[in-house]
Amino acid sequence: MPATLLASEVEIGSALPELAIEVTPTFVVSTAIATRDFQDVHHDRDSAVAGGSKDIFLNILTTTGLVQRFVTAWAGPDALVRGVAIRLGVPCHAYDTLTFTGRVSERITEGGEDRFVVEVVGACGAGEHVTGTVRIALPGKLPGEVAP
Amino acid sequence: MSDPITETARRIAAAGESVRTPARDPVNRPMINNWVEAMGDANPVYTDPDRAARSVHNGLVAPPAMAQVWTMRGLHGQRAADDPLGVMTKVLEDAGFTSVVATNCEQTYHRYLLHGEQVTVSARLENVVGPKNTALGEGYFVTTSNTWYVGDEPVAEMLFRVLKFRPSRRPEEPASPTTAESGTSSEPVIRPVIGKDTAYFWEGTSIGELRIQRCGGCGLMRHPPGPMCPECGATNPKFLVSHGLGEVYSYVVHHHPPMPGKALPYVVALVELDEGPRMLGELTGIAPEEVHIGLPVEVAFVRVDDELTMPTWRPRTEGSGR
Repeated sequence: MPATLLASEVEIGSALPELAIEVTPTFVVSTAIATRDFQDVHHDRDSAVAGGSKDIFLNILTTTGLVQRFVTAWAGPDALVRGVAIRLGVPCHAYDTLTFTGRVSERITEGGEDRFVVEVVGACGAGEHVTGTVRIALPGKLPGEVAP
Repeated sequence: MSDPITETARRIAAAGESVRTPARDPVNRPMINNWVEAMGDANPVYTDPDRAARSVHNGLVAPPAMAQVWTMRGLHGQRAADDPLGVMTKVLEDAGFTSVVATNCEQTYHRYLLHGEQVTVSARLENVVGPKNTALGEGYFVTTSNTWYVGDEPVAEMLFRVLKFRPSRRPEEPASPTTAESGTSSEPVIRPVIGKDTAYFWEGTSIGELRIQRCGGCGLMRHPPGPMCPECGATNPKFLVSHGLGEVYSYVVHHHPPMPGKALPYVVALVELDEGPRMLGELTGIAPEEVHIGLPVEVAFVRVDDELTMPTWRPRTEGSGR
């Protein structure tokens, strides 16, 4: 994982490195269980198909987790995630590729803290699976570093 | 209005926050390990004690997006009797709104959680909005909020919205993205609201005329129709019949969400008529990637049924002109 970005290094409008995730059945099942979501549509293809879906699909807690992963993989370990707000689109089924893109949309002061808003889109074969924003706080200097 | 849905929604919302339910386990390293392993999240502040100690956190922390994981009900869990989403779901299902889709999830994290902390969660009903006609069918949007606590300190919050809906007939997969002129479609479509100000327009399309409103006072042409001239204030609108020719002023390609009676993707064009006003309509008979601003187009009329004929647009053919 790269070093944490400093607030002064971030430009509004700059794009995040794209992240493509191969959504295998194993990925759908292991993330569902790791988020303690045991609904059958996330691990049992027969049940999912009987309910009108084409296959098992990602659960919401995983989508939220992946949005967080996408942004912190870019921002670095010292970035503080303050909020993840997502709007859900088409389901992301097993055998889809989920591709995240994002850009820094604005810099705000919230809760007495300097924060950045990152816009995120996660698209799979059928269209946009998720759109949303992540609010993060970035350090003004690295921990242990003396301010200039 | 005091139907059972509205009544129940009011009662549950007024009851406020539910009793707090405790997480099965305190925040713990094994569940965090499972989560980061499955998610593929390499952030070392969750798993690498040395790097975490040198971070802004001064030690290991839990991923913020795991907030809800701690209080998931698990394999055999039951909703609490006063869980607002559970109660509201039951009422809506009894009324025939049997399907559900989540639409929004907004989480706010007040701080990072530490290993060993015991989390509890409460829920409240924010609102129930409906009935609404959606692409999926008629339904109600149910918005709940959750607050996670450590002791009495709120550590995270979530706004969660679902659509509980009565499934509508799925639109058939159309054979072709283009619509034949004068073709009769049996698929349901979204119908315009036809009122006093717009009746002349739809009466026109039914007989193959594209009618443009024209002020009876100053003669200004305008579209969409309205009761009063924005220029002179006169309230006696007339109309003229357009030649039905124009060019694409702007357009969008609609990919999502699905719309009743429409094959995706389809093109919606803002057409500038030769007479001047601009008009929105579906553009058919051309691949979305070939549409461009300035494309010469002509009107076509698609008869939906006895009451409705929709004007659409298509590329102008050689020698078209009326």
